Amino acid sequence: MPGLLINNIVRFILLILMQVLVFNHLNLGGYLNPSVYVLFILLLPNDIKPSLLLIVGFFTGLSVDFFTNTPGLHAAATVLLAFFRPGIIRLFFGNLEFGPGESPGLNKLGVTGFFRYALVLIFIHHLALFLLESLSLNHILFTLFRTLLSTVLSCLVVLILVLLTTARKKR
Amino acid sequence: MRNLFLFLWRNQFFTLFIILEIISLLLLSNSFSYHRSLRYNTVSDFTGSVFSKYTNVTRYFYLQKENEDLVAENARLRSLIPPVAEGLDSLLYYPDSLYGYIPATVVSNTVTKPNNLIMVNRGYKDGVEKEMGVISSSGLVGIVIGVSEHYSVIMSMLHQNIRISGRIKKNDQLINVVWDQTDYRLGTISDIPSHIQLQAGDSIVTSGNSLIFPKDLLIGVVESHDKESGGLLSKALLRFSTDFNSLRHVYLIKSFMAVEQKSLLSQIHE
Repeated sequence: MPGLLINNIVRFILLILMQVLVFNHLNLGGYLNPSVYVLFILLLPNDIKPSLLLIVGFFTGLSVDFFTNTPGLHAAATVLLAFFRPGIIRLFFGNLEFGPGESPGLNKLGVTGFFRYALVLIFIHHLALFLLESLSLNHILFTLFRTLLSTVLSCLVVLILVLLTTARKKR
Repeated sequence: MRNLFLFLWRNQFFTLFIILEIISLLLLSNSFSYHRSLRYNTVSDFTGSVFSKYTNVTRYFYLQKENEDLVAENARLRSLIPPVAEGLDSLLYYPDSLYGYIPATVVSNTVTKPNNLIMVNRGYKDGVEKEMGVISSSGLVGIVIGVSEHYSVIMSMLHQNIRISGRIKKNDQLINVVWDQTDYRLGTISDIPSHIQLQAGDSIVTSGNSLIFPKDLLIGVVESHDKESGGLLSKALLRFSTDFNSLRHVYLIKSFMAVEQKSLLSQIHE
């Protein structure tokens, strides 16, 4: 169990650093800004207490906000993602048995399963993020367009990261 | 009442979700207007130092371009100095000047968000204060909204709460410059009087009416002006003279007269 905790802390630090130092400075095509730190929430153990999941989500978002000077923005979106996570897992993978401390990762869900899981949750997160960020419905089509493209991009990056790290563990 | 608490306790997941979202939105509401962000912005030296370590590594890739920009700026400044003052290096600080300039390096910057902020490596230790204007060698950049010991945060022109008082250079008409959150190269000129027809390429400069910027600093040039609306004031597109995406060095402008001007204004408003 302490191994699990350390694992998650290391993952948290690495993902936050990657987000604020690399991905926040990446703007592909001018307007695409992948959020990969949500992978931390996606990979938390399945048997984590729901309330704890929300609180962890809140502070994860707040850590990113701390660096981007947008207090509350990422926190709101990440809490929303954490709120939907248990429901989505039940909906998509209701018949899967999770062991203690086992996370809904690549090994458990398979590549397509994990992609589906990540896609839906990241879409929810990005939609909240971009709507709150623009704070207006003036550019609603533009915001939706950004949301869709960024969701696809974030999912791909998340999938690549997961594929790389899972392969290393197997070896 | 007891039933309510019982209900909330049974649905603690949902209750906690609502509470956390409300906290987040309350925090976020501090960025809803220029004045709120001015009051509540908290900058920390910790994030600043993380970004400057990172920038120290990446800046080497841009040295070539940085040098070219500085040479170009030197040339421009030299051309401004009257021949008599040739060799006078400290011109930027000579005592009669109304404004002082603090050079700073950008440590973090975005251009793609609906509200963009820039962080630079100068803080209150270097004399930076909130509401100081910021320019680059090519034009206007933004306004300081948060200061820590060694770092400060600038609300870039690419922010929905910013509104710069400007002037059309050829006929001195007052206008405002805002940003419509889409393209980081283009701003919007609003409040153009209806009898004015702008040509592409007309220069837009600062008006000098605000206490923040000196007058006649270049903001950008007119990109296009379509006067179809029948209203009294029309809008036009503006191409910023500053390339926000490649911003490395900026100057923070300290107005020596701002305190006096502000106290004068507050006397009138009383």
